[in-house]
Amino acid sequence: MSETALPPGAQFQTDADRTTADEPRRAAVRKALGNYKSARGKTENAFTSWQHAREAAAEIKYEGVNHLDRYLREFEEKFTARGGKVHWASNGAQAREYILNLAREKGVKSIVKSKAMTGEEIHLNPALEKEGYEVIESDLGELIQQLMHEPPYHFVFPCMHLKREEIGELFERELGAARTNNPEELTMIARRFLRRHFANADMGISGGNFIVAETGMISITENEGNARLTAGLPKVHVALVGIEKIVPKLSDLALLLPMLATAGTGQHLTGYNSMYGGPRQPGENDGPEEFHVVLLDNHRTRLLADAEQRDALHCIRCGACLNVCPIFKNIGGHAYGTTYQGPIGSVITPHFRGLQDWKHLSGASSLCGACTEACPVKIDIHHHLLQNRRNAVAEKKVWWERLIWAGYVWMMKRQWAYLMATRLAPLGQKLHPLVLGTALDPLRSWTATRDFPDAAPQSFHDWWSGRKAARK
Amino acid sequence: MRVTLFIPCFIDSLYPGVGVAIVRILERLGHEVDYPEAQICCGQPPFNSGYWDEARVIAERQLAVFRDAEVVVSASGSCGAMFKVFYGELFQDRPEQAEAKALAEKTFEFSEFLVNKLGVRDVGARFEGKVTFHDGCHGLRELGTKAAPRELLRAVKGLELVEMGEAESCCGFGGMFAVKFPQISTAMAEVKCNSIIDTGVEYVVSNDSSCLMQIQGYMNRHSPRVIKSLHLAEVLAQQ
Repeated sequence: MSETALPPGAQFQTDADRTTADEPRRAAVRKALGNYKSARGKTENAFTSWQHAREAAAEIKYEGVNHLDRYLREFEEKFTARGGKVHWASNGAQAREYILNLAREKGVKSIVKSKAMTGEEIHLNPALEKEGYEVIESDLGELIQQLMHEPPYHFVFPCMHLKREEIGELFERELGAARTNNPEELTMIARRFLRRHFANADMGISGGNFIVAETGMISITENEGNARLTAGLPKVHVALVGIEKIVPKLSDLALLLPMLATAGTGQHLTGYNSMYGGPRQPGENDGPEEFHVVLLDNHRTRLLADAEQRDALHCIRCGACLNVCPIFKNIGGHAYGTTYQGPIGSVITPHFRGLQDWKHLSGASSLCGACTEACPVKIDIHHHLLQNRRNAVAEKKVWWERLIWAGYVWMMKRQWAYLMATRLAPLGQKLHPLVLGTALDPLRSWTATRDFPDAAPQSFHDWWSGRKAARK
Repeated sequence: MRVTLFIPCFIDSLYPGVGVAIVRILERLGHEVDYPEAQICCGQPPFNSGYWDEARVIAERQLAVFRDAEVVVSASGSCGAMFKVFYGELFQDRPEQAEAKALAEKTFEFSEFLVNKLGVRDVGARFEGKVTFHDGCHGLRELGTKAAPRELLRAVKGLELVEMGEAESCCGFGGMFAVKFPQISTAMAEVKCNSIIDTGVEYVVSNDSSCLMQIQGYMNRHSPRVIKSLHLAEVLAQQ
């Protein structure tokens, strides 16, 4: 869905038309997220104070993001001291090139990958496949999406929109498996398929949830154990990690890991939490021979330069803002056309991919603020959407909007005109049925699906002045 | 107390009864009500659309209109949030900043004013019917209004309050959003209205008429039975 013929704004409208009309899919998404709030609520209650935990988590991320220069170098120093290699990639092309060169150099044929949104962001799989490498996604949801030839629907729950019947059908079609809709059997099919690839792969690629400066380690958190196999079995490992994932100290994870699990899935702690400090050390009997970390900027520093919205880099990609977002629940993940869906995606995508092309996402919000309330690291998400709207207008005004607001200001500055309009409105509404629902209806985009209220015969203003006059 | 009313423009022209109800309630409680007739829109439509310069022109006028007020009571949580939260952003690092702060501090959403400023819960209202309450998002999340309207409703004689599922989820109005993205806005209204219908109530009450415009507008076309929307003040004014 990222390859589109229409401009992104028009494509978004078209896709939203289609997805909002698909009630069965919307119901499936509502059902999938139905227990999220109560599960999360129970886990939140295990914290002495969730609100204080949010503040502390935000402070940790603030410290890391605002001292990237110092902490990233500290990480590099510690990580390379154990034989790890660090590559600094300014953009997607540099990151892809580094990974492709490495694969060539090492004579790689088969690659297993655990979940990495950075990989989606830089279109890593298509680049590798184009060069003839076999790439297998090992996270169950990501594997399903790979077999569907679709990008992830949600950056934490990649295939949450699919029903088990659809997955059964997919595995039958793509993997030649016997048809079943039983979740356990489906998981076993994927497991058998993946084990084979884990054993054969010469390279593993992962993302990273946190970069720990103090110890020079990458933290990966997952529920399936697939990331451990991805990082542990192949000879060469590459972790592709955004620079904003940095945290100063190992002890910071004592707070961040449970918060990520709570906000992401309502778990106390994710199933597997691993720390990787480099390649296999002398005397160790497992782990990759080479461990590369690609630190990805790809416009993150552009967001860093925006003091107002810098806190968007605090994001730990828990997906909570998507889970509570009524827009996401109704249009679904693919309609966004972005790597990062939902409210946080609407905030950061204009910074990553251009404000004018992606400003519509900031407009496509009722500004309800459920995202901001849910965010474990206190990103002011919905106010950033307002700022994106403001910045887009400051950069380039839309002529008809400019006309509307000029007219509005003209009328509001002349109260007689405003009062006249309120007095004429009931008369105007008498004529409304003549054009209701037609192309001439000025309220068409409202009246197509909703009634518009009748203007009152007497405004409050006129009622008040009448009453005041009568009392004199 | 001398209470200065802020009646947002769409309430002024579409729902004047809400303003009248607020006047009646406050006067019944023994307060002197004032309504500066020069007031206009709060400027939220251009503000939300990114046209902050235009919004500022309007907001400056409002700052002047309410300059001498002791307390300002807003008939809408959303427009109240404009005064209390967004004027601060609009005038940040500008000469009007202090005045915007002063207005923010003396402005109250209607239910917050009754419960937290006046300490009133029972306004002596009687209303026969089964009611559910919809939280307007700006009131709920910008102003933190959650308990006050419910406390007021629980004190109304004859009224049965039923909570709907996901009462805190947005109705999909969102100002210009409702017309710029009508398909998304309508889908959100559908989900919201189904939660309301499922409660079996006869009335849906909110402290924001803009949400009610969306909810009633959708209900009229799609609800299997009549559910009437009322502003909190319209319920509390009944005796």
